[in-house]
Amino acid sequence: MTRPSPRKPPPEAHEIRPAVEAKDFSFWYGKNQALKRVSLQMPDRQVTALIGPSGCGKSTFLRSINRMNDLIPGIQHEGDITLDGDSVYRADQDVVALRKRVGMVFQKSNPFPKSIYENVAYGARVNRITSSRSELDELVERSLRQAALWDEVRDRLHSSALGLSGGQQQRLCIARALAVSPRVLLMDEPASALDPIATQKIEELVYELKEDYTIVIVTHNMQQAARVSDRTAFFFMGELIEVGRTEEIFTNPKVEQTEAYITGRFG
Amino acid sequence: MPSATDSSPALPGGQRPVPPPSSAPGGGEGGRFLPSRKKGNLTDQFYGMILKLFGLTLPLLFVFIVLRIGQEARPAMEAFGFAFITSTEWNPVLREFGALPFIFGTVVSSFLALLIALPLSVGLAVFLTELAPRWLAAPIAFATELLAAIPSVVYGLWGIFVLVPFLRFTVQEPLSRRFGDTIPFFEGPAYGFSMMSGAVILSIMIIPFISAVTREVLAAVPRSQREAALALGATRWEMTWQVALPYALPGIIGGAILGLGRALGETMAITMVIGNRPDIAASLFAPGYTMASVLANEFAEATGELYLSALMEIALILFGITILVNIAAQALVWRVARRGGAA
Ligand SMILES: Nc1ncnc2c1ncn2[C@@H]1O[C@H](COP(=O)(O)OP(=O)(O)OP(=O)(O)O)[C@@H](O)[C@H]1O
Ligand SMILES: [Mg+2]
Repeated sequence: MTRPSPRKPPPEAHEIRPAVEAKDFSFWYGKNQALKRVSLQMPDRQVTALIGPSGCGKSTFLRSINRMNDLIPGIQHEGDITLDGDSVYRADQDVVALRKRVGMVFQKSNPFPKSIYENVAYGARVNRITSSRSELDELVERSLRQAALWDEVRDRLHSSALGLSGGQQQRLCIARALAVSPRVLLMDEPASALDPIATQKIEELVYELKEDYTIVIVTHNMQQAARVSDRTAFFFMGELIEVGRTEEIFTNPKVEQTEAYITGRFG
Repeated sequence: MPSATDSSPALPGGQRPVPPPSSAPGGGEGGRFLPSRKKGNLTDQFYGMILKLFGLTLPLLFVFIVLRIGQEARPAMEAFGFAFITSTEWNPVLREFGALPFIFGTVVSSFLALLIALPLSVGLAVFLTELAPRWLAAPIAFATELLAAIPSVVYGLWGIFVLVPFLRFTVQEPLSRRFGDTIPFFEGPAYGFSMMSGAVILSIMIIPFISAVTREVLAAVPRSQREAALALGATRWEMTWQVALPYALPGIIGGAILGLGRALGETMAITMVIGNRPDIAASLFAPGYTMASVLANEFAEATGELYLSALMEIALILFGITILVNIAAQALVWRVARRGGAA
């Protein structure tokens, strides 16, 4: 187990108003309960890492925040998740608008089979953020710079996104999500399919992005969670076992199961 | 959805590469599964040889058919030369043989059929895969597939007794009265038996094919692509039209061409409703004649070497057009696939 590098300790959750908050949130796929009364605060402009063994419900929780699970037949939930105090699950919630406020980056990069430019511009087009060509150009450049990809692709903006390397594709997907100016960025194991160098780039990126965005990241990589996150939440079999400042969780976990997991004694 | 989690940037549109028959395992692969490697190799070699034989037979058969028809068509080619496909005169009694009206009839009826069938098929496929609840989608899909199982002659009978009168009295006559003087497509008397009836019946016959292919390629669009669009704030509608359909486009084009190929070669049903008159008319209400129809109608009573030979040349042309359409289709699909960036 590696100790996270010393740095200014992030404030406690209650010191910052939560951007996203789950309150007693339970979730079912048919009869299979995937989340059990999860209550978790994800503070504004901080990185919250979700860790836990496979199948413990991390992705389910993440996808409940932008209601990506709505597509799956037979799902059910109880409790609530709020975004800036606004219930994500209220009956008249505009899911399309919600997803604009909550961007998502998936485990496997999933660029559209279009040009790099069109990939980044898609969100702006679909949300009618701007129709002026020059504004769109600016937005694309800004998003690609934010995703630390601009210098690598500036000369081939109009060639296919599928010609990029895996790491570049993933950063492109991040740029694509940022172009919509989301409030929150959800990342489901964004680096799990990447080599160490590409992974490092993504991690640096996450660290920079939290200046402007609230980030929730799922990871299987303990070091990664320690490196990039301010707070860590440990899930086990659909339950939130422990949550706290990342340093705290990694150096001094309060629950036996957490310690077992992060020291690799099970998983 | 079998490939729901597959986000590999492979060929968009769910193109599955079909291995050529001659590449059947010749031994190496099979040994793994059999206790005796030697025996496995022998058996595999035997099957490999048989498969190769089958694989070679088909191209040979193809070449043989072309040569044979070409040979039969030779007298007509020599007698009329290029004029055969530019002449509009078809008068067996005077031994005048020009194929243009049949080429016109086949090409126009098929393209009109595609024009009608493509939007309907894609619309149906989108409805079934993207919108309809399962309990509704399954029976509708089954019913459309059943359409493909109806024999051609039954379509023809239905055409004669239902479609033709319907088109004549409720579509053609009003249109002709209202627009007959101004729009050439709606000109002239409404016989019912017409290019329009032919195109409509063909379109009904090819809808099952195009919509089945479209449904399949839509279902094969990776879930990751759909989720990418939705996560960016696309509505279902936008996701379907901007992401799923473009992704599936090469496959849809493939399906359309499949339908077109079928329409070009369709004989019985269209023969029964198109009116069988070798004229070239702008009006959709005028009767027409197709290559397949003239072959079916006149072959048995064709007297004289030149008459037979002229029909053979028509067969050759039909063959040629069908092959051209397929080549064009393939080229189109390749281009779209490349533009999609599946390098
Ligand atoms: N679409 C689905 N339909 C039915 N059950 C599902 C579905 N997705 C997930 N589950 C179930 O819900 C539970 C939680 O799954 P989830 O994907 O959230 O786990 P996870 O923590 O993300 O795991 P991993 O680390 O392997 O990604 C598992 O038992 C899983 O089998
Ligand atoms: Mg997961």
